[in-house]
Amino acid sequence: MMLAKKLWAGIGALIVLSPLGLILPDRFKAGTAWGEWGVDEIQKMRGSVPQGIQKLSDLWKAPLPDYAFQGWEGKDLCHSSFAYFISAVVGIAIIAVVALFIGKVLVKEHE
Amino acid sequence: MHIPDGYLSPATCGVFGAAMIPIWSAASRKVKKTLSVRQVPYLAIGAAFSFVIMMFNVPIPGGSTGHAVGGVLVAILLGPWAACIALTVALVIQALLFGDGGITAIGANCFNMAFVLPFTGYYVYRLISSNSPAGSRRRVIAAGAGAYVGICVAALCAGIEFGLQPLLYHTANGQALYSPYGLNVAVPSMVLGHLVVIGWVEVLVTALVVKYLQKQDAVFFEGGRS
Repeated sequence: MMLAKKLWAGIGALIVLSPLGLILPDRFKAGTAWGEWGVDEIQKMRGSVPQGIQKLSDLWKAPLPDYAFQGWEGKDLCHSSFAYFISAVVGIAIIAVVALFIGKVLVKEHE
Repeated sequence: MHIPDGYLSPATCGVFGAAMIPIWSAASRKVKKTLSVRQVPYLAIGAAFSFVIMMFNVPIPGGSTGHAVGGVLVAILLGPWAACIALTVALVIQALLFGDGGITAIGANCFNMAFVLPFTGYYVYRLISSNSPAGSRRRVIAAGAGAYVGICVAALCAGIEFGLQPLLYHTANGQALYSPYGLNVAVPSMVLGHLVVIGWVEVLVTALVVKYLQKQDAVFFEGGRS
């Protein structure tokens, strides 16, 4: 098997395992990464939310917010793990296409 | 380490966005010159790898989480400029599609994770690996050391960016407008978790893949690309 194919297979395995990135922090009751809290979390932590964060935090509506499906907030770990896995598949597919395109454009120009 | 929207002031975001423009343009010039057709698929593999490895959130003592980035590995295999492009692709998709990292903070997040991280790690790797043979153990150790230093220095940068906000931007009565924690809180919070846990995850991931690739195709480690 070609090396590139082997490496893609490895990435495939990581995609399948990716929900561990959700399950492990849940098991250890670990919260959000430092400095990546949502408005509600800051409100709880500090009793108030800085104006700029209040104003800018929902500037962008991501289609798969936090690697989850919209409207699936509060679903159990099984559902969110499935959404996490699908997010990995979608993300990798788009990133592969974009990176291949950029690579081809750059390399073509010098040949 | 993905700074969300609203944590950095628009001016800070502007500074980092402006700083990234010459870096991105240098990266595309360098990659144009040095990347071979054979390596193009590996650029995509590198970007995909760093994206998926960043999904593995690992608990950090103190109740928060962090994740490896994989950027030093990509820099070792394809050179730091190609790593800059691969990481930028991953970070932009994370921000746009998943809201992981703010769109206004893309410049700062790319500065930390697509510039500081791969370049710092790469030069530590070069310094330690020196002229050692492609298949040598010294290269695995050098890769691990580069990974550790790279991700910790990137975390330090993020900590400084967070920590400067309340100093620079506050209301007349001292209320923070953006990220509310000063350097004395933000820097240790960002750096300690990476020094103690996440840095070692990055070391493990980087060293394992380097070891595997040494057996598969040692050509990755022959000759120094800069």
